[in-house]
Amino acid sequence: MREVLKSVKLFLLTVLNGLTLGALYFLVASGFSLVFGLMRNVNLAHGSLYLLGGYIGFDVAESTGSWTLGVAAGFASMAILGVVLQVLIFRRMQGEDLRQTLVSIGISIILADFMLWIWGGDSYQFIIPDALFGAVTIPLLGLKYPAYKLFVLLSAVVIGIGLWLFLNRTRIGMMIRAGVDDRGMLQASGINVNLVFAITFALGAGLAGLAGVIGGSALSLAPGEDLRYLLASLVVVIVGGMGSVTGAAIGAALIGLADQFGLTYSPTYGVIYTFLVMVIVLAVRPTGIMGRK
Amino acid sequence: MPLSQFESGAAGKGAIRLEFAPWQLVLLLLLIVYPFGANDFFIVQIGAQSLLLGTVALSLMLLAGYGGIVSLSQMTVAGIAGYMVAILGVDSYNLGLGWPWWVVVPGAILIATLAATLIGMISVRTEGIYTIMITLAIGVAFYYFCNQNYAIFNGFTGFAGLKPPPLFGIDWRSPMPFYYLSMVVAVVAYAVVSYFERTTFGLSLQAIRDNPRRMEALGYNVTVHRVAAHAFAGLIAAIGGVMLVWYNGRISPGTINVGNLINILIIAVIGGIRKPIGAYLGAIVFVLIGNFAIDLIDRERFNMLIGFCFLIIVLFSPDGLLGLWEKFKSMSRREPKDEW
Repeated sequence: MREVLKSVKLFLLTVLNGLTLGALYFLVASGFSLVFGLMRNVNLAHGSLYLLGGYIGFDVAESTGSWTLGVAAGFASMAILGVVLQVLIFRRMQGEDLRQTLVSIGISIILADFMLWIWGGDSYQFIIPDALFGAVTIPLLGLKYPAYKLFVLLSAVVIGIGLWLFLNRTRIGMMIRAGVDDRGMLQASGINVNLVFAITFALGAGLAGLAGVIGGSALSLAPGEDLRYLLASLVVVIVGGMGSVTGAAIGAALIGLADQFGLTYSPTYGVIYTFLVMVIVLAVRPTGIMGRK
Repeated sequence: MPLSQFESGAAGKGAIRLEFAPWQLVLLLLLIVYPFGANDFFIVQIGAQSLLLGTVALSLMLLAGYGGIVSLSQMTVAGIAGYMVAILGVDSYNLGLGWPWWVVVPGAILIATLAATLIGMISVRTEGIYTIMITLAIGVAFYYFCNQNYAIFNGFTGFAGLKPPPLFGIDWRSPMPFYYLSMVVAVVAYAVVSYFERTTFGLSLQAIRDNPRRMEALGYNVTVHRVAAHAFAGLIAAIGGVMLVWYNGRISPGTINVGNLINILIIAVIGGIRKPIGAYLGAIVFVLIGNFAIDLIDRERFNMLIGFCFLIIVLFSPDGLLGLWEKFKSMSRREPKDEW
């Protein structure tokens, strides 16, 4: 009986861990997916935006002593960088997908080296606010779980709902959705597409920066994390479908769960689970679970 | 441009025609005499390394330039060939199966080519930028797998002490023989790819690149052509991979990390992705920057330098250095016309 209870607990813990990781992946990948869906722009520097936002948020949080300000700084700094990249570089090559992708690879290489230069190879750990520190006992199960991880899960849900409302209930959101479906038609109906692009890019990049601080607090910030989250974003949008927030949420949850179940039940082959999910989805639905063509 | 033509075999139907441009013969001659005017560092570190990286980049050029398929997993295929050399053959930790080289080398190339075919079958369902994403995801997943798998791939440590077999009593590890071995591999690969451009398969692949829907309507099986292109490019990458593992003497997950996957793309793009020679041109530039960045700027900032070079080339000349050369040629050709 005790053994059974123990394995049930392990199972639930794995589910929770998977969902938390999925929540983090969702925060990063939703921006990636949104930018791709609207602009056909595969921004392979998205992982770099995650890490850079995290570092900047860390510096701000250290100097002001406020974690919340750090989160805001992570979002704001990357939103601004996103607009700058969009206006200065990507706008000049609209419609040339491949060139945009190559350029974003160049940017990610430069940013990675720049961050190594400024912040070095150490890993950084945020000081989490007291309110989120410690463990919470989940009622009924008697399961103890870190409060901060639950906060990550909650914030992803809140941001996900916020994003959904923004896209489905506001005028700008309507424009973005229209742009995803038919960019030419949106332009023809007299809407400043460049402005919509800039806003989307700012939002997508800002979300990456925000995720950098939130994810950096859950785990840590170190060189190489940029690639990890870039890969996560890639797999999440391949699985979930491009340009769909719901798809990103489903994809992120699936990948997070696959990752954690792999880690718990067969540690050496954890990556294979993630990979298998991707291959199966591609075989059944090449455009992703929520993707349309 | 005048072409000197050589015909081998029976003239007429089915004859294999090899065509050389004069500059190609000059280049071949230069490659042959190069080691006599260079020290060991320039023969191996610059010469052989450029030729081998160029060969792996050539496999990407073949896919991207002729097939319109940008695959980031070409270094992964090369890495699989390298790993197989270690796993099937002899290494310094005695972890491998220790089979003789004449089984190991074809075996490694075969397995890597099969892996490339498999990657092709997975990624063929996607197009354009999706292909980049999925091949990158495959490459990174394999990197993490090798890193964690100790049973077969010996995890983080990988394998060491891998060297070419002592054939004909020659130590193929010493600079001159290794350079010539690399040169022969590179020249043959280059010649095969150049020839491929004009074969039926090569032409239909290029037609598929330009208009897959029309080719499908004409009755061509687009999927099979694309998978076959992956397999053929995989074969070239695999041969390059076997040579690279002998060059390095070791293989570990670091060989196939994201940085190295992307380096192959950088090499092909810097040189110019539309012509086979671009891959080698890019490799020379890349290797030179890699070795002499220390003299130009701080040793640590190599990535930033190569990143900027890449960015500038992508921003200003989508066809790479070859594109710049073509532009320059057409510009200088137009101007002196009045004087003639």
